[in-house]
This record gives sequence, C-alpha cells and structure tokens, in this order.
Amino acid sequence: MSELSIPELCLVILIGPSGAGKSSFAKRHFLPTEVVSSDYCRALVSDDENDQRATPAAFEVLQFIVSQRLIAGRLTVIDATNVRAEDRKSLVALARRHHVLPVAIVFDLPEALCQERNRGRPHRDFGAHVVRNQHRAMRRSLRGLSREGFRKLHVLRDVESVDAAAISRQRLWNNRSDEHGPFDIIGDIHGCLSETLTLLNKLGYSVEGTRDAPQVTAPEGRRALFLGDLVDRGPDSPGVLKLVMHMVESGSALCVPGNHDIKLMRHLQGKQVKVSHGLAETIAQLETESEDFKSQAARFIDGLISHLVLDDGKLVVAHAGMKAEFQGRTSGAVRAFALYGETTGETDEFGLPVRYDWASEYRGEATVVYGHTPVPRADWVNRTICIDTGCVFGGALTALRYPERELVEVPAERCHYEPIKPLQPEAEARDAQVLDIDDVLGKRVITPRLGRSVTVREENALAALELISRFAIDPRWLIYLPPTMAPPATAAEGPLLERPAEAFAYYRKVGVERLVCEEKHMGSRAVVVLCRDEAVAERRFGTADQGRGTIYTRTGRRFFADPATENELLHKLDGALQSSGLWEQLQTDWVALDCELLPWSAKAGDLLRLQYARTGAAATQSLDAAKQSLEAAVARGLPLQELLQSTQSRAQAVAQYIDAYRRYCWRVDSIADLRIAPFHVLAWEGQVGLDSDQAWQLEQIDKLVAADPTLLRKTERQWVDLSDESSVSAAVAWWESITAGDGEGMVVKPVGAIGNGSRELIQPAIKCRGREYLRIIYGPTYTEPENLERLRQRSLGRKRALALREYALGHEALHRFVDQEGLFRVHQCVFGVLALESEPVDPRL
Amino acid sequence: MLFSLTTTHEPATDLGYLLGKNPARYQTAELNFGRAHVYYPQADERCCTMALMLDIDPVALVRRDDSGAGPMAQYVNDRPYAASSFLAVALAQLFSSAMSGRSRERPELAAQPLPLSIEIPLLRSATGQRIHDCFEPLGFEVQTQRIALDPQFPDWGDSPYYSVRLQTQARLSEVLSQLYLLLPAIDGDKHYFVGSDEVDKLVARGGDWLRDHPLRDWILSAYLKRRRSLVNEALAKLLGGEIDEVESATQPEGQEEAALEKPLSLNERRMAAIESQLVALAAQSVVDVGCGEGRLLGRLMKKAQFQRLLGVDVSSVALQRAAQRLHMEEMSDRQRQRIALTTGSLSYRDKRLCGFDAACAIEVIEHIDPPRLGAFERVLLSSPAPRRY
Repeated sequence: MSELSIPELCLVILIGPSGAGKSSFAKRHFLPTEVVSSDYCRALVSDDENDQRATPAAFEVLQFIVSQRLIAGRLTVIDATNVRAEDRKSLVALARRHHVLPVAIVFDLPEALCQERNRGRPHRDFGAHVVRNQHRAMRRSLRGLSREGFRKLHVLRDVESVDAAAISRQRLWNNRSDEHGPFDIIGDIHGCLSETLTLLNKLGYSVEGTRDAPQVTAPEGRRALFLGDLVDRGPDSPGVLKLVMHMVESGSALCVPGNHDIKLMRHLQGKQVKVSHGLAETIAQLETESEDFKSQAARFIDGLISHLVLDDGKLVVAHAGMKAEFQGRTSGAVRAFALYGETTGETDEFGLPVRYDWASEYRGEATVVYGHTPVPRADWVNRTICIDTGCVFGGALTALRYPERELVEVPAERCHYEPIKPLQPEAEARDAQVLDIDDVLGKRVITPRLGRSVTVREENALAALELISRFAIDPRWLIYLPPTMAPPATAAEGPLLERPAEAFAYYRKVGVERLVCEEKHMGSRAVVVLCRDEAVAERRFGTADQGRGTIYTRTGRRFFADPATENELLHKLDGALQSSGLWEQLQTDWVALDCELLPWSAKAGDLLRLQYARTGAAATQSLDAAKQSLEAAVARGLPLQELLQSTQSRAQAVAQYIDAYRRYCWRVDSIADLRIAPFHVLAWEGQVGLDSDQAWQLEQIDKLVAADPTLLRKTERQWVDLSDESSVSAAVAWWESITAGDGEGMVVKPVGAIGNGSRELIQPAIKCRGREYLRIIYGPTYTEPENLERLRQRSLGRKRALALREYALGHEALHRFVDQEGLFRVHQCVFGVLALESEPVDPRL
Repeated sequence: MLFSLTTTHEPATDLGYLLGKNPARYQTAELNFGRAHVYYPQADERCCTMALMLDIDPVALVRRDDSGAGPMAQYVNDRPYAASSFLAVALAQLFSSAMSGRSRERPELAAQPLPLSIEIPLLRSATGQRIHDCFEPLGFEVQTQRIALDPQFPDWGDSPYYSVRLQTQARLSEVLSQLYLLLPAIDGDKHYFVGSDEVDKLVARGGDWLRDHPLRDWILSAYLKRRRSLVNEALAKLLGGEIDEVESATQPEGQEEAALEKPLSLNERRMAAIESQLVALAAQSVVDVGCGEGRLLGRLMKKAQFQRLLGVDVSSVALQRAAQRLHMEEMSDRQRQRIALTTGSLSYRDKRLCGFDAACAIEVIEHIDPPRLGAFERVLLSSPAPRRY
C-alpha cells in the first residue's frame, strides 16, 4: 500500500482522462463534501452533467464553491479531468489566492482501460476521440507539472497503485494548536544578550552555564517564545543565537524567524546580501566564532517556521504579525507578511518602508503577538500586540505572559544603536480607534461569555446605527450600556400590580437564597467613566483633548450639554474616589460607575412638562369642573351620587399622581442642586465589577458616598435570606415603608455573582415598584379596581428575555474593555444593547 | 371630560326638546370609547343647562392601540380630560337631530336663534388667540382662561390648556355643527383615521358658515390633519367646484411656502455651487456622504460626466425618500449602474466609500459633535482618500 501524503489544508487537483477512476478514488478517500466535481457543477447549472455548453458557467460555480471552502480553511478536492495546463493554471492560482498549497494526483492509466470503462457507463457516449485527446493531453502535461507550482505531485501509473493508494494528511508546519503554553513571548532582541538574560531571570527561568554553553531551565510548564530578530545591531548576536538555539533544542523555547535572522542566514549560506541595518556588527562578532557554529546557526534559522498557530488557534505569533486571512496558511505572501509585515510599497522620509496598519483592521478571533516595529509602549490593538519596545535602541526588552496577558519588561542597559528615526508615536494606535461599518451593520451574532448567543437583527442594527451616529458620545468612551430590568410577575390579586413576594418567588424558583433589596432611586440613569487625569484617558480610552471622563445616559448620549457641569461633577467624583482611598484600593487609574442622577426633572424636564405635568393639570381642571357640575345635579335631586363619588375619587387619584411625580422634581439652579446615587462600580483596570459580590460592592459604594455625602446619595438596602421567613417579612415591610414615603421602589438582586457556568442566565435584578410610583407609569387612575384587573394582563416574556440579553452584552463589553480586546470588540456589544433596545417591548414594564 | 350648554330662552327647559333629552332625567349611553352621561345641573323656566360628561376609558384607549406609538400609547395622557374629537363624536351621536336642525316637538325653536352659552372646562390650543379667532367671526363672545401647568413649578411655564366660555345668539344646530368641526381642529388630534369620508362630514357640517370664515384654510387643514389631498378635495367641494376660487384659495398656502423658500433657495444655491465645482474638477465618480433625500445626486444624475454616484446616509428613512425622489425603482439598467444608495455612517470607516474621485459632505460637519470630528476626518479623508474633497 502506497501512502500519498498531502497537507491537511490544500487544494487537491485530480488529473486524468474520463474513465480513469478519479471520482471513485475521491469517493474512497475524501468526504463527499470535500469533493467538488465539474460534472456535478455542470448539472447544477444545466440539469445535464455532460452538457458541454454549460462548461463555462459550471466552472464559475466550481470556482465559487472552492473559494468559499478555501476561505473557510477546508481541504478541497477538484474532481475534473484537468488534463490541460490552462485548466490547471486557474486552479493553482485559486489555491494561491487563498494561500493554500496546490497538490496534484495524476491518474496515468492506459487509454484502453479508460475507453472500456466509459463504454460501460450510461451517458458517456461522447465518443472515443474525446477520451483519446484527454489521454494525450495528460501524457503531454506530465513532464511540466512540477513547474506549474504544485507543492506535491503524486502520479498513479496503474490500477494496482490506484487501488492500493492511501491518503495521509500531514499537519502543516505552522499548526501547533496542541501547544497550549503557558508561554513567555519575548520581543525583538537584536543581540542584547544581557537584557535577555535579565528578562529570563525576571520571568523565573534559571540561567546557568556559560555564554558558549548556556543551560536554561524553564519554570514548571512554561516555555519561552522568541519573536525573531535575534541578531544585528546589538552587542552580542552570536551569544543570543547560542542561547535561543539551546533553549529551542532543549524544548524550553519556540522561535519564529525575523527578517534580520533570515538575512543573516542567507549571508551565512554564502548568498549576496546588502550589509546594512546592523548586519555588519553581527558579521564582525561572528568572526571569532567557529565555522561549525555558523553553519549550525544557518541551519537553525532555516528550520524556523515563519508563523505559528498555537493553543487551539487562540494564539498566533509571527515576527511582524499575521492578518486573519493568512493565519495557518502557507504561501510566499504569508511568509513575507510574517517577516516584513504589510507595507504599502512606499518609503518614508527616512528611506524606510511605509507600513500598512493591518492591526487597526484586524478582526480575527486569535490573539496575535508580534514585534518587528519598535514602539514606545506595548499596547493592545484589536486583539493584537506589538511587543518590540526597541531594546537595542535604548528602549526595553518586553515579554508578554500568555495566557495571563501580563507584560514584563527590562529596560535597555544603554542605547546600543542609534535609530534612523525616532520610535513611532501613537499614530498606529490612534487609527485603531476608528470603527469599521462592517463591525456593526447587518445581522450579527454576538457570543458573550454569559448566557447564550445574542442575535442582533439587521433592522435593529440600522436603528442603533442612527442613534450612535447622531446622538451618542464618542464610542471610545462608550464601554457599557445598562440593560433594561424586568419587573416581577404581576400580583394575581389585591390592590398592587407589583409586590416583593413575586420577586422573591422567582429567585426561590431558580435556587437563589441570598438576596439584597436595594432602594431604587428615581432620577435618570447615568454611567460615569472617570480617569485620574487626561493622560490616562488618552492612553486607556484613546481619547485626546476630551477631558478625563464623561457622564452618559442609558442610550449613550451625553448627560450634560454643558461641559463645565460635567467637568465639575467629574472633579467632585474624583475627589470622593481620592479621599475614600478607592483609587489606591482598586489599584486603578480609571473607573466606570453605574449611577442614578437626581432629580428626575434635571434630565427629564421635557417629559415632565409635556406629558406628566400637562396630564395632571388637565385632569385636575377637568375633574374639578365635573365635580361642581355633578354636585349641582345632585342638589337638584338627580340620582348622580355614584358618579359624583367616583369623580371625587378620581380627583383624589389625580392629586396623588401629581404628588408622585413632584417628589422626584426640584429646581436645579446649579451643580449644588444635583445628587448622584452610585450603586455599582462597573469596572476598573483589570476587573469587571459586575462579577463581584453585592456585599463587597455596596461596601465600596458606601465608602465613596461617605467621602462626599453632599453630592452623593446613599443607597439603602435590606439583606434577605429566603430560607428565613422573618428576614423575608422584614424586607416586605421595608419595601412597604419606603414606597409609602418618597421611594420609587426597590431592586432585588442575588448577593453572589450570577451566571457562573450555566448557559441559562437568571435575572440579574428585578425591580419592584411602589403603588404610588406606578401612577406615573399606568396613569393616575390605574388603581381603580376595573383598571387594575385589566392591567394585570401584561406579558413579561419579552422584557425578561431582553433584560438577560442586554445584561450579557453589557457584561461582555466591560470584559472586552478590561481585557483590552480593542474598540470594535467592545463597541459591537454596546451597539448590540442599543439595537436590542429598539425592539418593541411594552415601555411600561 | 365635561361640556355644558345653557340657554336662557324662556321657557328654558325647552332645551330638552331640542336636544331630545329630558331635563328631569339622567341618561347614559355607551360609546365605543367609553360612556356618556347626560344630565341637567340646572333646569328651570329662566335658565336650563345640559351637561355632557364623557367617561373615556384610559386603559382601553391604550390597549386598543396596536401601533404602540403616539400619546395614545401612554397611559399618562390628557385625552380623557380635554375636549377633542371624542367630544365631537359624542355630540354627533347623542344630538344628531339637534345638530341637523330637526325637532319633532319644537321645530320653530330649532329654526330660531337662541341665546346660548357653552362651557368647555378644558380645551387644548396652541394659543388662546386661536380660540378667539375661530369663534369670534361666527358671532360668539369668547372668554378664555389659561390653566397653570403646575403651580409648584412656576418656571415650567403655562399649560396648553384653556377653559373656554362661549356665548352667542344663534340656532342650536349651527352652534353644534361649529363645535363639531372647531373643537377637534383646535385640539389638533384625532382619535380615528382621517380619510375621505371626513371631507364629506366637513362639508355637511360646515357648508354654510365655513366658506367665508377668515381662518377657513387653517381649520380645513387642522381638521383634516394636514393631509393636502384631502384639504384640496374639501376646498373644491366647499366652494362648489369654482376652480378659480380653489386656486386663489390655495394661494395663501403658497405664500406660506414662499416664506419658507428663502432657506430652500440657499440650499439650491449651495447645491449649484457644488455641482459646478464637481464639473470643473472633472470628477467622474462622486460619493455624497450624508446624502439625505438625494438632492445633489438628482442633479448629478442629469450630467453624463458623472458615471458613478454613491449616496450614503445614516437614516434609512431618508434613503427611502431619496430612492423615491430619484425614481430608483423605474430606472433603466444603464442608469442604475451609475447610482447606488446605501446606509452608512460617518462614525465608521467604510471601504465602500473608497475609490471615488470626489467626496461631498454637505451640511454634515456642522451637525457633528466636536470630539467626533477627528473620527469623521479619518473616515472621510484617510480611508477613502478621494482625489478631491
């Protein structure tokens, strides 16, 4: 049995005349879906496999199918005669276009056999001359095939070898998905041996032995991963080579080549290379080294794979980066990208190639770690990070710990080599802050870490696009939008629509026992993003000249039209964060807070004037007139007592309604009249607060409030243990007392973080609104029994589902921001929340 | 909602005959939006007052509305309290004979002007003056009093509500017809769909007095919810097909538009200037970012120089209107190859905007928040990199 080895991802082109047995061979060795046959494509477009007039159209279909499969990274087999060079040329080009290796399997069988097989088959009566010509063309092709660009060529010369053949799929060199690390990925070294040793030490590697015979032991389970450009410019390139070669050979390191390493290799192999950019230093340093070492070094570099796909495809490393379409592919272009990055073909004023900013457009799933371009600081851009911090130019040698995503660096001992141009400033990172329309437009499925995938429908996306474009603040600030919140199941009887009992029943049913009931402030939702200073804002949010933070509404609009008010409030909040010690305690220089900003009338003035106050004025006037008129009629002896009474009770309800909205209104003449009730520390550097325990959360919030009790308002709360009846009844009594006073109601939340593990999320919070407050929602007279009975019929399903999906997206947005996954990854989630909000759901829930 | 009608014509209790409702009794009627109560708070020889109280069901009002939009969809709204089309419908249903001037018992009284006074405790109106202007030309003496919005928050200003008292000496049928048309017109909202049959109702009720009313065109337009085709139809019917008069009657509206024309012509001039620039630059492909309803694109389509046009806007409503204005549906294939419209936004980088000779952003920058101008600049100038901008 002969084994035909092919790469696991390739385009297999079968070659042979009709009747050579290509289709049965393909059927035996490949999945039916892996095989694309020209006959089948002909039938697709013409209902007749043999209709030669359909060949051009059929070929277009074939090319399209093959392209789609190759884009998706699926091995594909083309079952067609492919006997002419011009037929194969376009297929080889197709493979190239997708950076996939073309492979040929030739069926060089006797013509007579093919003729005979065709005679035995129905619908193959196209004449002996056709097969004869095909056979001849195939024979003619054989000699030139290797020059047509096939990476592998298998020729089967008789029936026996066709029957005995077995396909063996070889893993691609760059596929190291089974390596899961953890890794310590180290940027461009350029001969800086001393800094490298210091860095390895810092990373926990034990380095012993001598320069010429180093002995490195990696910390348990870890491996170093060198990003290439080991040599040139620096003080001891041979020393670095010795170190890295030892580590790779002993299994404590992986390495990808850099452009400088490749050039050195070519020099060592005796090829003509231009001695520039620090190669001269390396050559001089190598003079004292043995020939044996030099040839070892050349072989070592030659054996390096230009890019590696690691950790189940979640990590990709290459010297100069790797765009998503190229990852795990093989071609000259892929290799050139790995070594040199993408350039525009132009050169800048320093004579250096102008780099194309592929990272700003990167939308791949894998994390890409690379070097090549010295940058002043390693920054995440769309799940990519360049960790070449210019050690040889006097910067630092940087390592990224993976999967921890922690940066470890060692400053350069001195400037070993003057750079031609200063290290590039943030221009690249800035451009990464531009969002692509393709990030948001159209139907989109987002997979948050909590719960199920969320589908954003196209029409909702269009609505959100308009909102974001026309009204929202700069998307760089918009790292979170609050989710909608579901009310409890409607009370089945009694004078109330919403009661604590139903909220508790829900959590009991889903198995949560420890709850906290928090006072629900009645104002306008405000999300505060605040940095310690403007430099932090610029570095962490990419905003320039936009101050140190912002306050925005639940739909992402600027809360205050006047920047001075916003600034003053941010300044005061910063003061509270400072004096409460929270900045230090959280070890962060930025924070996002979820708050309610009071009074309601500060933001909802129009709504109050145009709807609430108007209705109150209209109802009062109208009912007073009705009362007077009815009193006169009753005095005349007409039987209208009942109507008079109901009119009086309505007037009473209207008065209560007016009281209800007035409670949340007061005049705001200056910032001194505003109150902020923070109730959640949403996120800070390295942490998403939504995942923390409510007890801890409220403790932090209390500290903050205590630091500025004039501006900040406390959130009262009641702790509930559902297994303890007295604690439940205490909570109900508490709710009754706050809603009998000025309170809107309460929000019931599980004390622990929700959604650990299970795909079925539970409601993160349920709002339980008071009887008087609901007059604002359901109208002044909703409490009349016949109104109440009808209002009990409200369907909560959509609202609940929406609350979960929006929560999962908001939570995801914060995680992505904290993990520095890039603006577009955060924005997709925030955009999703806004899009979901355009779903038609009963606005009163 | 309350409405009351008083006469002092002796014997005043004859009002009951005219209205077909006995002053000694209290009557109720079910209407499809709630219940009507009719009673007489006062009924003697010298003075008789009929009160109509409408009990509009606020829950049904919302629950019946499927669209989920408008003030109707809010449980908190003024509809149960303000005199409006609900009242007009109730008047027409409860007092249909009186409104058409028929009376079995007192036909002579129905045909004769009577001293009448009407109390409307709550009428919504853009201005108080408008209430005067509607009723005074018809011979009413009008008293209006504005209702405060919320006395506790005087800085919130006044409410749009007035309590209104009307007095006149006129036939009851005429007064009821006038109220039937004018109350909904002044209120400005209708609880039902306005179609062609509204025109007939309008002509039937307003035939003899509306024709010469100085606010005739405003009343027509407000009553017919500003639907132009209906307004024209009503005018034609009202004026008995006197075409000249229809044309001259539509003149004032034309003048109103003339007043609006100044900014329009500025826009026209701007478009013309841009077009001539594009012509001078010899641009062949143009992307219009923020194309709105496609004004510029429509002009450029007429010039063969422009071979490829792309209109981008963030509003899908605007793009739909642009497609209509440009007649995209009926375009020939060749024309359609020259133009495309697409949803897009200046906040996002968009490859589709690349490769044009020229890019226009007309009346766009002034609507962008200053902090977002940078992104706009990069989106428009760096990625598409038009040859000209």
